[in-house]
Amino acid sequence: MQAILSVKNIVKKYSNHTALDNVSIDIPEKSIFGLLGPNGAGKTSLIRIINQITGPDSGEIFFNGEKLNAKHVDHIGYLPEERGLYKKMKVGEQCMYLARLKGLSKKDAELRLKLWFEKFEMKGWWNKKVDELSKGMQQKVQFIVTVLHEPRLLILDEPFSGFDPINANLIKNEILELRQKGATIVFSTHNMGSVEELCDNIALINKSQKILDGSVKEIRKRYRTHTYTVSFKGSMIAFANTLWAGGEILTKHTEDDINHVTVKLNGGNKPNDLLGAVLPIAEIISFNEIIPSMNDIFIQTVNQTLTVAGTQSNLTE
Amino acid sequence: MGKIGLIIWREYWTRVRNKTFIVMSILGPLLIAGFFTFMVWLPNADKTTQKIMVIDESGVVKQNKIPDNEFIKFYYPEITYDEACKTFQEADFTCILHINNSENVAVAAIVELFYKKSPGFSTENYIKSQLESKFYEFQLASNNIDPNVIKNARRPVTLATKKMDESGNAVDSKHEDVMFIGFFCGVLIFMFVIIYGMQVMRGVMEEKTNRIVEVIVSSVKPFQLMMGKIIGVAMVGLTQFIIWVILSTVLTTASSAMIFNKIMDDAGKLQNNKEIVYKQGSNLNAEQLEKMSSKMEAIEVIQHLKTINFTEVLVCFLIYFLGGYLLYSALFAAIGSAVDSEADTQQFMMPVMLPLILGYVMSINFIQNPESNLAFWGSMIPFTSPIVMMVRLPFGVPLWQIALSVTFLIAGFIFTTWIAAKIYRTGILMYGKKITWKELGKWMFYKG
Repeated sequence: MQAILSVKNIVKKYSNHTALDNVSIDIPEKSIFGLLGPNGAGKTSLIRIINQITGPDSGEIFFNGEKLNAKHVDHIGYLPEERGLYKKMKVGEQCMYLARLKGLSKKDAELRLKLWFEKFEMKGWWNKKVDELSKGMQQKVQFIVTVLHEPRLLILDEPFSGFDPINANLIKNEILELRQKGATIVFSTHNMGSVEELCDNIALINKSQKILDGSVKEIRKRYRTHTYTVSFKGSMIAFANTLWAGGEILTKHTEDDINHVTVKLNGGNKPNDLLGAVLPIAEIISFNEIIPSMNDIFIQTVNQTLTVAGTQSNLTE
Repeated sequence: MGKIGLIIWREYWTRVRNKTFIVMSILGPLLIAGFFTFMVWLPNADKTTQKIMVIDESGVVKQNKIPDNEFIKFYYPEITYDEACKTFQEADFTCILHINNSENVAVAAIVELFYKKSPGFSTENYIKSQLESKFYEFQLASNNIDPNVIKNARRPVTLATKKMDESGNAVDSKHEDVMFIGFFCGVLIFMFVIIYGMQVMRGVMEEKTNRIVEVIVSSVKPFQLMMGKIIGVAMVGLTQFIIWVILSTVLTTASSAMIFNKIMDDAGKLQNNKEIVYKQGSNLNAEQLEKMSSKMEAIEVIQHLKTINFTEVLVCFLIYFLGGYLLYSALFAAIGSAVDSEADTQQFMMPVMLPLILGYVMSINFIQNPESNLAFWGSMIPFTSPIVMMVRLPFGVPLWQIALSVTFLIAGFIFTTWIAAKIYRTGILMYGKKITWKELGKWMFYKG
């Protein structure tokens, strides 16, 4: 799949620290891309560079194969994490203004806004001042303004923060629909649950460097530990004996005559080998592979780089 | 309409629709007019007629009575001081003026004024000055000197200042009388720069603290946003100025036309009488002469006003207003972008306001001395020139100086805008950091 956005070797330095250190990312078209990383890792710096709010010290960015330039801002929609609206302006007027700043004509902006206002059930808000809206209502307005010009690339920084579960679901469905229609979505969040649910690909940035990227499925596979849970009826001792050297039991507990065991397979042993061995002695109820959650992977990788960095700094000291 | 046009339009439209703006635009001239009317009216307001009982034991004032005026009437009842004191509380008089029968009354007369309610400063002054002149006349008379001789010996002098050009011809020169036009324009620029510069600063801070700025700079360049705001607010200032001019003109046309016509009428008459006045001056008494002379001064002011090139003043006013505003508002925008709250602005405001205030203070001095070296440099340096040059203008400034000063001003605002833009684009996205001058310096060297 073609990359709609290619970030190549971006370096951004501030006077006393490096925000981005040789970061390269490819974002495939028509997908949802998760940009992950702990606070202060450099995500916002990268997003600002993509939005041409600031420029990189070195490196290049290509949008749809072209070098990123000023005319591309009309094809990008950006919802910052810290977002606000003009408090004293009327909702409709403000939406018109922001839409037109993105290059929509007056007529188009009005037409599309009417549709969105209808869709989000906020028809009566047009002449209200932003002041009079609740925070969640303001977030809805901001979301509409971000997607109104039908950008090819949408950058959403913590889009669900501040929404109640119902509205968060509404937004989630909109995001999926937008991808359906051909938009590419870059999604920056700390909510790993939504990453697993929504993202096709991710990149993990820590300490201004990219430390992990790829498709969510592939990464989770890569981080699998060949650990399985087996639930069965039968003798636990017989199970353990049968297993023998093929794997080790990590946890076990019994509930209502059913044994739940997590097993880590050793060497080249396959799940089928395990199943074959235990089938004669136990009645298998369920058998699942434990695939690490994005949350685990996130914590694991970030901590790894922490210790690596720690050793390095120890050495230099 | 381009994106910067949209920004200008928003800045302009949201501001001129604001109630404060509408109220200020309409009330501004009314308030100013009202203020002046009030100032004129105030001393006469609530003025009760003072009825003053004069107990003159010296006899000086009894013979040569103090003239009544609109609010002060003098009465000379034939009673003694003690009787007056006793009946005073019930009497219809507001004050007792007691002049002692002292031998040396004319050397240093002690006169007492008793009152129920304080008669006020102007009444006291009137009485004092009248008494002084009565004693003066008494002294002259007792030395057999005709008071009219003394009066007529004093001749008011009008000093006509004229500049002589190279060929030795006197040219109609600008005059100090007209300095107020320049000073007024200078003060107006000073006020507008501060008022609208602050508006730019608040606007930038609003966008920053609202966090809408990040959305906007993802659509337009920070520089466009900053310039859009500056230009939009400038248009608001000009709009307000134009409304004020139109309203004040409408308000004052009728009355001022009347006053002006009357003065011009008198001027015509006086012009005819001028020679007679000078020739036969000795036949007129001093009071008449004084009246004449004060009217002639008024005429001269008008004649001096005619020497001002109003088109030049107006064009220069617009240029210096816009130039000065652009120069300073860029700096105000930079301050607004660097801070998180209004309280933090203080440390940065001071150095920006200083040259502005300096220009204002200097221009007060230059009214006296418009052709000094300092005035020249003040009108060249872009930070003070918008005010100082306006003050100098009515006195006549060579075109090359104006051209040079405007060139410097343009260069000045390009320079401040350039610096401000660099601070601005970093500042608007910087939160929760205590900003120092050193930090601002660093921002100027960050790459795009």
